[in-house]
Amino acid sequence: MPVLEKGALRADDWQVVDDEAALPDAPVLISLARLLRDAALLAGRNAPLGVAIGNDVNPDVLAPLLPRLALVQVVLPKSRDGRAFSQARKLREYLGYTGEIRVAGHVIPDHYAMLLRCGASTVVVAEGTDAAVWEASRKVVSIAYQHGLAAETPISLLRRKVA
Amino acid sequence: MPEAPYIPQPEHARTYRYDAVDREFLAQRIAEFRDQVARRLAGELTEDEFKPLRLMNGLYLQLHAYMLRVAVPYGVLNSAQLRQLGMIARRWDRGWGHFTTRQNIQFNWTQLTDVPAMLDALAAVDMHAIQTSGNCIRNTTTDEFAGAAADEIADPRVYAEILRQWSTLHPEFTWLPRKFKIAIRGAEADRIASRTHDVAVQVKRDAAGAVGFTIQVGGGMGRTPILAVPLFEFVPEAEFLRTMEAILRVYNALGQRENIYRARIKILVRDLGRDGFLDLVQQELARMPLAPYRLAPEVVQAIRAHFAPPPFAPAGDAAAALARATLAEPEFAAWVALNTRPHRQAGYASAVISLKPVGGIPGDATAAQMEAVADLAERFAFGELRVSHTQNLVLPHVRQDELYALWQGLLAAGLATANFGQGSDIIACPGLDYCALANARSIPISQQISRVVDALDRTHVLGELQIKISGCINACGHHHVAHIGILGVDKHGAEAYQITLGGAPGNDAAIGELIGPSFSYEAVAGAVEKILLTHIGLRAPGERFVDTYRRVGQAPFKEALYARA
Ligand code: SF4
Repeated sequence: MPVLEKGALRADDWQVVDDEAALPDAPVLISLARLLRDAALLAGRNAPLGVAIGNDVNPDVLAPLLPRLALVQVVLPKSRDGRAFSQARKLREYLGYTGEIRVAGHVIPDHYAMLLRCGASTVVVAEGTDAAVWEASRKVVSIAYQHGLAAETPISLLRRKVA
Repeated sequence: MPEAPYIPQPEHARTYRYDAVDREFLAQRIAEFRDQVARRLAGELTEDEFKPLRLMNGLYLQLHAYMLRVAVPYGVLNSAQLRQLGMIARRWDRGWGHFTTRQNIQFNWTQLTDVPAMLDALAAVDMHAIQTSGNCIRNTTTDEFAGAAADEIADPRVYAEILRQWSTLHPEFTWLPRKFKIAIRGAEADRIASRTHDVAVQVKRDAAGAVGFTIQVGGGMGRTPILAVPLFEFVPEAEFLRTMEAILRVYNALGQRENIYRARIKILVRDLGRDGFLDLVQQELARMPLAPYRLAPEVVQAIRAHFAPPPFAPAGDAAAALARATLAEPEFAAWVALNTRPHRQAGYASAVISLKPVGGIPGDATAAQMEAVADLAERFAFGELRVSHTQNLVLPHVRQDELYALWQGLLAAGLATANFGQGSDIIACPGLDYCALANARSIPISQQISRVVDALDRTHVLGELQIKISGCINACGHHHVAHIGILGVDKHGAEAYQITLGGAPGNDAAIGELIGPSFSYEAVAGAVEKILLTHIGLRAPGERFVDTYRRVGQAPFKEALYARA
């Protein structure tokens, strides 16, 4: 499925690899279980490594491994399940993660601006998605009333310009 | 779509005044919702996807129609806003509105196609319906006498407004496990049912006069009523928002999402234990950066300016004039005794406008009444108003020597019921007359009980008495924390009512105890009468019902209700 990044769609260049399958020398997305199990083996790997975490995972478990990771994928199993927002925020805000945070699952355009403000970078979207709809949704509200992690310019009081 | 023209607001009413930035935000938010409605109609959003979006804009689907719930931030309103609510009631509803226990107002007969125009009309007076519903941070509630009460230590409106802004479309906390309700007060006296909230805040001052916050967490009603427990004794002002973020983040990550009845923070706090929960919050706090979450004194100062005292006149002989008027007119004296409260400014009082006429619908006001109250607020109270969580209206600042003229104006509008805090000042949820979740009717039960109680009150003077009615276990009518609580249940397909006794919402907060088997629709008002007659027989002079009950226990009340004749 395509990936939405900064208002444009692109092909997903990450390969999802099962826990027991051999890892190709290319960007791979593996499970958290495998990441923890094979941490020592993976230490010598050069190609980009990504991990997909469930919405019940405390990102703290990733802390020692984050320097090795180029992608952390979080998920919204249902559109109203907002745990991924906090996971992204923790990764960015104090776990010091600077790589890509990708959001998969039941994501709708109305989540987009808020996900970005929590530190997410990209969203996995359905085939045939119109990126313009997501961009419009991201931009429709350009003022925020609290600290966020997207590019933002303080205005006055608690307010900032975001879109 | 042309925007509604901006309606000027009274100069001295202390509502938070929008500037160009706030207005731009609101216009954008309405545009977004208009687009969401269009996408829903075009099939681009499923109902499942649309539902949380419409709820976050205050739009509920009830039994017979949509209901639009409009936010009255921390219950503070001005006359131009109330007049506009009256206009909305007349034009798009059936001529009335209903004030709620969340200090909001709802319109029960809304057409989906009218909603964008209604939102435009609200925006014309800096109002909206954002986050009045849905699994997000709801309207923060506060003391209806904030900024006026003689016993106030710090003005909670300032921090309630800060919470309102901070929680507005919060990027991290808009898709919570369940709704999240915060209440804040600035006096020792708890007039806001603090411990029934997800988070309860008390603004305090330390010995040096610096502001800080006592925070309680994990209260809630519903099928598992729990009173909030202490979390922090004194959070410094600068750390207020950071602390709220940490609490919400722990809840967002760990609150249950599978079972709607276990999704409130009260269950998480109960399951982890207060110390276990505190430990997680402190772990967050230890790692969150300080600077971005710091509540700067300049911000507090700028918001505080919106709530500066209005230009009070010198007291003169206002108190003496009031005393003379009460002597001359016993009915007025009764209203003053029950419906006014002491003010911090000499010569002033706060006046409660009861929306609980005996035999009426609790919290309802007609368009004409809203307009009449708006006029009276302008004449007597700087155009400033409050909605109380007990579903009444308040004029916070009235000169004592103008109370009589105010009372006459209220009489003319049918709004001079003298019963604030008394037995006929009943809180009732909409129940089966409107609500899709109800088991039983609340409104007609409330009407019957108010007549019974009023009759007893006239001969026996019952004093402070809190009766609250919910149409189902969701407990929107706060029956768990009533002196006499009434809960509608379904008994083999018929409406039936359980009665709990001994609950209370304030400083003596308690969850009421079930007295015994339920009563039929026809029998419940009679049961309340028996309870009160039992109280009258047992009470010490001047003793409130709840104190008698706590002193003597269930037995005599059980006997009166269930013993065979
Ligand atoms: S208590 Fe039940 S019946 Fe009453 S408003 Fe709430 S959900 Fe509806």
